[in-house]
Order: sequence, then structure tokens, then C-alpha cells
Amino acid sequence: MKITRRVLLAAPGALLLPAPTLADRQSLAAALREFTGGQPMREGRVRLDVSPLVENGNAVPISIAVDTPMTAADHVRRIGVFNERNPQPNVITAQFGPRSGRAYLATHIRLATSQALVAVAEMSDGSFWSERVEVVVTLAACIEG
Amino acid sequence: MARVLLRVPTSAEKGAVIEMRALIQHVMETGYRPNAEGVVQPRDIIWKFTCRYDGEVVFNATLSPAIAANPFIAFTTIATQSGLITFTWEGDNGFAQTETRHITVT
Repeated sequence: MKITRRVLLAAPGALLLPAPTLADRQSLAAALREFTGGQPMREGRVRLDVSPLVENGNAVPISIAVDTPMTAADHVRRIGVFNERNPQPNVITAQFGPRSGRAYLATHIRLATSQALVAVAEMSDGSFWSERVEVVVTLAACIEG
Repeated sequence: MARVLLRVPTSAEKGAVIEMRALIQHVMETGYRPNAEGVVQPRDIIWKFTCRYDGEVVFNATLSPAIAANPFIAFTTIATQSGLITFTWEGDNGFAQTETRHITVT
């Protein structure tokens, strides 16, 4: 193809296209594997609250709550939040104990583009529970310039 | 010293679950962003947040560049006894800050 001025002017637009998804899914899967240590992960018990349509990816409020009595015998040990298409799959990992009272965590995060978020909770019996949420972002965070 | 906004109850009933909210002023530079000259800015984030209740760790979190600037964290704990609640942030370039609040438990 002959490189015309028009093609050159359009070139920066190509940078806005979503990154290859296979690599993204692999890095997300690798981060989840590292968190769970290869244990099976079940859907449920975890509630990941995030607006399905985000106007500004620079500060997205999210909150995670887990259905648990938070007693010494049955509580949440860790909660991890992961994403699919930011430069790094990790978002936040927090440690809890019976003194937490509730398994609850809220924060503000960055989202580089529309993608999936996964919240995983490790219970005191060693089981892992998760919830996955798809988020549409209209203004991306300036994570990669 | 970075500015800090903390929302911690000053008093609580014994055994009550109290919610704490902590926000600290920080750029949370991701390490992926080029500046106006096209040079990628080195990473400068807070990567550790810890809350201690009378010296015992009741909550801690590991943060990543995906946390928004001026990191905000909300969590809960059980009011066990009157004492000091300490919040510690640690980050790149030797960033460290500690804030303390007193809680009266009845």
C-alpha cells in the first residue's frame, strides 16, 4: 500500500484500538492463579459493586462485600481485585480477619478501557469465591499516555 | 507531608462494627505514562496501606498502579477498647506517612 498523507494522519487512531485480547486474558488468568495458588474458584458469595457504565476511567468507585459471618471459625482471609486490560492485572489485595467485623472494602480505581473486573475472596476454610463484572468505560484513564 | 482525610468515629459502643475511610493526597504515577516530552514517567505509587488498632494490624492492603490518584480506601473493624487507631501509608521513593486517631469505646 502506498503511504499517503491520509494514511499517516489516520495512524495515531490505530493506537486507540483495543490491545490483543488473548494476551490480556492470559495475564488475568495468571494473576488469578497466583492469588488462588491453583485452587478452584467458585462463583458467588462475593458482591463486586461497580457502575456498569463508567464515564471517567480515572477514578472509578468500586466496593466489594462478601457474604460471611466473619467469626474466628468462618471469615474472609483475603480479597483480591483483578482486571483484564490495564497494563497490569492486579488492582488491590487486602487482608482481613475476625476483627474486621465485615468483609467489606471500597476504593477508587483506574480503568484503561472497557473490560472485565474480577473480585476473589479467600475464606478461612481455604475455598475461593469470585464475581466477574463487565464494565464499559467512555473516557479511559491516562494509564498509558 | 501529604494531606490526609480520615473519617473515623471518635466514639463507639463495644463490639460495634465501625467503618473507616482514609484518603491521602498522592499522584499515584503509574510508570506507563509519557510526559509532554514523550519520556515515560517513573513509577511513583503508594503500595502499602496498613491500619493498626492498639498496635495490632486489623487491615492491610497492597495497592497497584490501577488505584486512582489520591488513593481512597474504606473498610471496617470492630471497636474492642478505647485506644489509638494508626494508619500507615508506604510508597515508592521512600514515601511513608502515619496518622493516628483516638477512639473512645463505651
